[in-house]
Amino acid sequence: MIEMKELRKAYTTGKVEFEALKGIDLSIKHSEMVAVVGPSGSGKSTLMNIIGCLDVPTSGEYRLEDDPVNEMTSNQLADIRNKKIGFVFQAFNLLPYATAYENIEVPLLFARVSGKKRRERVNELLARVGLADKAGNKPTEMSGGEMQRTAIARSLANDPDLILADEPTGNLDSKSGGEIVKIFHELWSAGKTVIIITHDMNIAEQAQRIIRLKDGLVEGNGNLA
Amino acid sequence: MNLATIYNIFIRDFRKQKKRITLTLVALAWGTISIMLLLGFGEGLHQQLSINRKGMGEGIVILWAGSTSLPYKGLPKGRELAFTADDIDYLKASMPELAEVGGEYSRWGVEVRHGNSVVSEHVTGITPNYETMRNHIPEMGSRMVNELDMQQKRRVAFLGDELKNRLFGDEDAIGKQIFIRGLPFTVIGVMQHKMQMSSYSGHDLNKVSIPLTTFEAVFGHRYLNNIIYVPTDLNNMAAIERRIYEVFSAKMRFDPDDDRAISVWDTVAGSREFTNILFGIKLFLGIIGGLTLLIAGVGVANIMYVSIKERTREIGIKMAVGGRKSYILAQFLIEAFIITFVGGFGGMAVSYILTEGFQRIPIESDVLDFMGRPTISLEIGLVVIGILGIMGLVSGLFPAMKAASVSPVESLRYE
Ligand SMILES: Nc1ncnc2c1ncn2[C@@H]1O[C@H](COP(=O)(O)OP(=O)(O)O)[C@@H](O)[C@H]1O
Ligand SMILES: [Mg+2]
Repeated sequence: MIEMKELRKAYTTGKVEFEALKGIDLSIKHSEMVAVVGPSGSGKSTLMNIIGCLDVPTSGEYRLEDDPVNEMTSNQLADIRNKKIGFVFQAFNLLPYATAYENIEVPLLFARVSGKKRRERVNELLARVGLADKAGNKPTEMSGGEMQRTAIARSLANDPDLILADEPTGNLDSKSGGEIVKIFHELWSAGKTVIIITHDMNIAEQAQRIIRLKDGLVEGNGNLA
Repeated sequence: MNLATIYNIFIRDFRKQKKRITLTLVALAWGTISIMLLLGFGEGLHQQLSINRKGMGEGIVILWAGSTSLPYKGLPKGRELAFTADDIDYLKASMPELAEVGGEYSRWGVEVRHGNSVVSEHVTGITPNYETMRNHIPEMGSRMVNELDMQQKRRVAFLGDELKNRLFGDEDAIGKQIFIRGLPFTVIGVMQHKMQMSSYSGHDLNKVSIPLTTFEAVFGHRYLNNIIYVPTDLNNMAAIERRIYEVFSAKMRFDPDDDRAISVWDTVAGSREFTNILFGIKLFLGIIGGLTLLIAGVGVANIMYVSIKERTREIGIKMAVGGRKSYILAQFLIEAFIITFVGGFGGMAVSYILTEGFQRIPIESDVLDFMGRPTISLEIGLVVIGILGIMGLVSGLFPAMKAASVSPVESLRYE
C-alpha cells in the first residue's frame, strides 16, 4: 500500500536548513497495523504528514497504492485526503464553531455526498464512536476523549482504507486513551490499514509491527511476535 | 468546481460564524454611514453657502456718489455729488461692457399698512432688472416690477417675504391693496424666500419695492441712493471700474483720479474670497472624510485580520480533510462579497434614510438655512464601499489565499 524510497524532508527556518527525514525506506502492506515510535524530534510527525499527503517530501519517492504522490496536483492530493486517508491528530483539529455532527459532515460535503446520505452516514459514524447523544455538542462542550472520537468519526467519513493517527492519545487520560486505542484496533480488525504514532509502549505492542525512528532514520523495522 | 458544494459549506459556516460576520458587517456599515453622513452634510452645507452668497445678487458692483477730494477745472474740492435716474441710462449707453445697469431710491421708516397691520418700513424704488441682478425672484403666481409699471408709473408693490407675513399673515397678498404713506398700492408679487448673507441697505425680506418712476412721483426724491451694474466679463473688473470714473467724470465734472468721488463695492472680489472659503470647506471635508475612511478601513481590516489565526486553522482543517483550494477560496470570496454588499449597501441605505428623515423634519429655522439639506451622493457611496470592500477583501482574502496555497500542515501549525 505504501512504498517509500530515500525519502527526505528538510525544513528551512530563516537561513538554517534542518533535515528532519534523512532517507527513509519504508513499505507498509494492506491491512497492516503499524506503530511508529521514537524520541521526540525524531521525525515521526514529519513522516506521518507526508504519508497523509498533508505535506510533501523534499526528495525521494512515495507511492500510495502504486500511484506516485510526488507527481500529483494539489486537487488530486485533496481528493486523496478526502477519500483514501483518514487522519487523526493529537490536537483533534476540530472546527471550533461547529458541532460534532457538523465536524463529521465536512469530508462528506467535500465528497459531494447528497443531503440524505450525509445524514445517514454522520449518524452511523456518531453511533459507531459512541457519540449519538453528543451530536449537537461543540468541541468546547466535549471531553478530550469525546473530541478525539469525533475526530476519528470524521476521519472515517468517506470510508478510507488508510487510517493515520499522530499520538492520538497524547492529550488524553489513560481511560479515554484506552477507548481510542480500542477503536483503532477494531478498525484494523475490519481490514483497514492503521498507522499510529505513539510514545506508549502498551499501545505500540498491540500493533503487528513497530517502526522505530531516530534522528530522521528508520532504526528498527521488526515484526512483533 | 461544484456550486452545490460551495453553497453547502458556505451557508453552514456563515450561520455558524454569525458573531464575527456581524461584527465585520457592522464595521463596514458604520464606516459607510459615518462617511456618507459627513460628506452628505458637508455637501448640503456647501450647496447652501453657495446659494446664500447669491442672496444679494451675483457678480454685481454697487456705486455710491461721494464728494470730491480734488479740485477739478476750477471747481473746489469737497463738492457733494449725486446720481440721478438719467445716470442709469447714461451709463448703460456709454459702456457696452456692462450687461445690466440698475439703480434705486430708498426711504426708511415709511408707514405701510394693510387692514389693521401697520408697519414702519424701508421702501425702495427700483428698476425691473433687480429681479435678476439682486435676486428679487417672485414666488410662484406672482411677479416683479416690469417695464410697463415703470412707463406708466403704476402704483404696484413687490413685498419681501417676511414683510408680507407681517402684513398679511397666512393670507394671500397678491392683488390685495396696501397703503404706502396713505396711498393705495396693489401687491403684484412676493419675493421668494432667500438667505441673504450680505447687504448694503438692509435685508430684502422686509422691504417694499416699487417702480423707480413711481417712487419719484410719490416721494419726490431727485437723487438715487445707488447704482448697480453687472459687467459682461467678470475678469475685467479693474478696467471697467476705471472706465466708470472716466464716464462720470465728464458728466458730473470731477477728476477721474479722484477715488472719493464715487465709492465702489465690487462684490465679485469678495466672491472670489468666498469661493476660496468654499473650496477650503470642501478640502477640509475631503480630508476628514479620507481619514474617516481610513479608520473605517483599518477597522474592517483589523476584524478580518484578527480572525485570520482562527481562520487559517480552519482552512488547514478543511484542507486536511479533503477540501480543494478552489472551494475554500470560493467560500472566502463569497463571504467577503456578501459582507461588503450587505454592510456597504446597508450602510448606504441607512445614510439615505437618515438624511431623508432629516430633510423631512418640518422646521423652518435659520440654522437650517445655513446648514442646508444633507445630500447623499451615490458616487461617493460607491467609492466608499469600493474602498472599504477592497480593504476588507485584501486583509481577509490574501491571508486566506496564502493559507490555502501552503501545505495543510503549515496552516494547521499557524499560531
Ligand atoms: N515546520 C517545521 N519547521 C522547522 N523545523 C521543523 C518543522 N517541523 C518539524 N521540525 C523539526 O523537525 C524535527 C522533527 O519533527 P517532528 O517530525 O515533529 O518530530 P516528532 O513528531 O518525532 O517529535 C524536529 O527537530 C522539529 O524541530
Ligand atoms: Mg510529533
